[in-house]
Amino acid sequence: MTGDNWTINGSAYIVGAYEHPTRLATDRSVGQLHADVARGALADAGLTFDDVDGYFTAGAPGVGPLGMIEHLGLRVRHADSSELGGAAYIAHVNHAAQAIAAGKCTVALITLAGRPRAAGETIVRSDFVGLDYGFDAPYRPVLANSYGMVARRHMYEYGTTSEQLAWIKVAASHHAQHNPNALLRKVVTVEEVLASPMIADPLHRLDCCVITDGGGALVVVSPEIARSLNRPLIRVRGAAETVKHPNGGYNDFTFSGGRWSGATAFAEASLRPADIKYVSIYDSFTITVLVTLEDLGFCQKGEGGQFVADGNLISGVGQLPFNTDGGGLCNNHPFNRGGMTKVIEVVRQLRGEAHPAVQVPNCDLALAHGTGGSLAKGHASATLILERE
Amino acid sequence: MRPDSQSVPSPDINPETAPIWKAAARGELALGYCASCAKYHHYPRSLCPFCHSERTELRMSQGKGTLYSFSTLHRVAEPYTLAWVTLEEGPSLLTNIVDADPATLNIGQNVHVVFIASENGTPVPMFTTASK
Repeated sequence: MTGDNWTINGSAYIVGAYEHPTRLATDRSVGQLHADVARGALADAGLTFDDVDGYFTAGAPGVGPLGMIEHLGLRVRHADSSELGGAAYIAHVNHAAQAIAAGKCTVALITLAGRPRAAGETIVRSDFVGLDYGFDAPYRPVLANSYGMVARRHMYEYGTTSEQLAWIKVAASHHAQHNPNALLRKVVTVEEVLASPMIADPLHRLDCCVITDGGGALVVVSPEIARSLNRPLIRVRGAAETVKHPNGGYNDFTFSGGRWSGATAFAEASLRPADIKYVSIYDSFTITVLVTLEDLGFCQKGEGGQFVADGNLISGVGQLPFNTDGGGLCNNHPFNRGGMTKVIEVVRQLRGEAHPAVQVPNCDLALAHGTGGSLAKGHASATLILERE
Repeated sequence: MRPDSQSVPSPDINPETAPIWKAAARGELALGYCASCAKYHHYPRSLCPFCHSERTELRMSQGKGTLYSFSTLHRVAEPYTLAWVTLEEGPSLLTNIVDADPATLNIGQNVHVVFIASENGTPVPMFTTASK
């Protein structure tokens, strides 16, 4: 598998997944949360800490992955702390599959944990600390007003409405009612979203994801190890990542890097959007979902508003069930990074282990997509396509 | 609404960006310009982000542009408006809109630069719809 035909398609399997049940970790440390989710995912896989020979994380305490490798008592021959914000953990599955395909490890553990809610965080500053720091900081961009600019521009160019955006939250809430661990389990209506306080116009409070503590973990292994375990086989079919940046001041807010990462991942998987039965789409804000669905090709650019309206994203109701755990909008957004929980719910769906009320029938192909950073400015996009064998 | 200087974080200044802030102190908005590909860019940098030539220089903008998008952050002590403004020279930049009622703003509206003192006194370019 070298040269032009090199692919991760079929080179690795997700055999363990675990989402921390907490949403407020007042009495636990970040290290404890990493340990909790690592243990949970390894137990789910039927593996132990001693089996792990590759480790992946981002944003953890310490230098890159070093602190957590020590804390978890791991002995690894491959380590990766690629930092792509909330998209990192989706990219880590890609990187783990690459490392496994290249023989650099056989059992890869990916962990995410954090406790912004316990720390009292109420507004999420964007990590705009690039070389352009001096040209951003005076204007006080936070994530909400950055994504608010994207929503306003999308409305201007395509006639997208606040009601259409609200449908994304409504769909998430319909799913969250069945998740006992979800932070927000109440089903909301379009009217309730529009009546919630304006945060960064045109985005209302209920257009914004929750701030929660906790985390999650995944175990990605070689085909040989996957077949030796008595677990459902969730195969990596395709994956890609990219970075879209302001391009020297010539930037179009109405599309994301998902246009590029999605096309690459679908090509690697030899699949089309119509083949996908379920999607986990990073939902930092409702507009993030709308733009992403367009960019991945689930509808035409500019038609996202019509696509998400009238319950089209609600499992059992619409054409494209999304974020059946309640997503970041209702369930969980640990450490302000949504990529991990996106993959976990894809695994649940492909195993048939989602809540029966939201389980997609015959779910054999699913997609997770993450956006890290600011949609309006620099951001990473990571797409992952998985298949139940 | 015009922000109080104490609420405007001052820019980090480094050897590459110092001339830009010197221009700002004179009330001028500096853009990057590449002599090789004849294109403006923002933020200015020594390596052209398009053709990767080093034949770059600072050129002063006329300070006029249009509003590409904007969002006012509410639920804070003093709401303020983040914006992306497209300059007549071509590039767009992140900024704030000041001295204007956010409720009256529209995408495509003409805006022009004003300089607002930041926390440590360094003036930073912001934009307004108000007539000069």
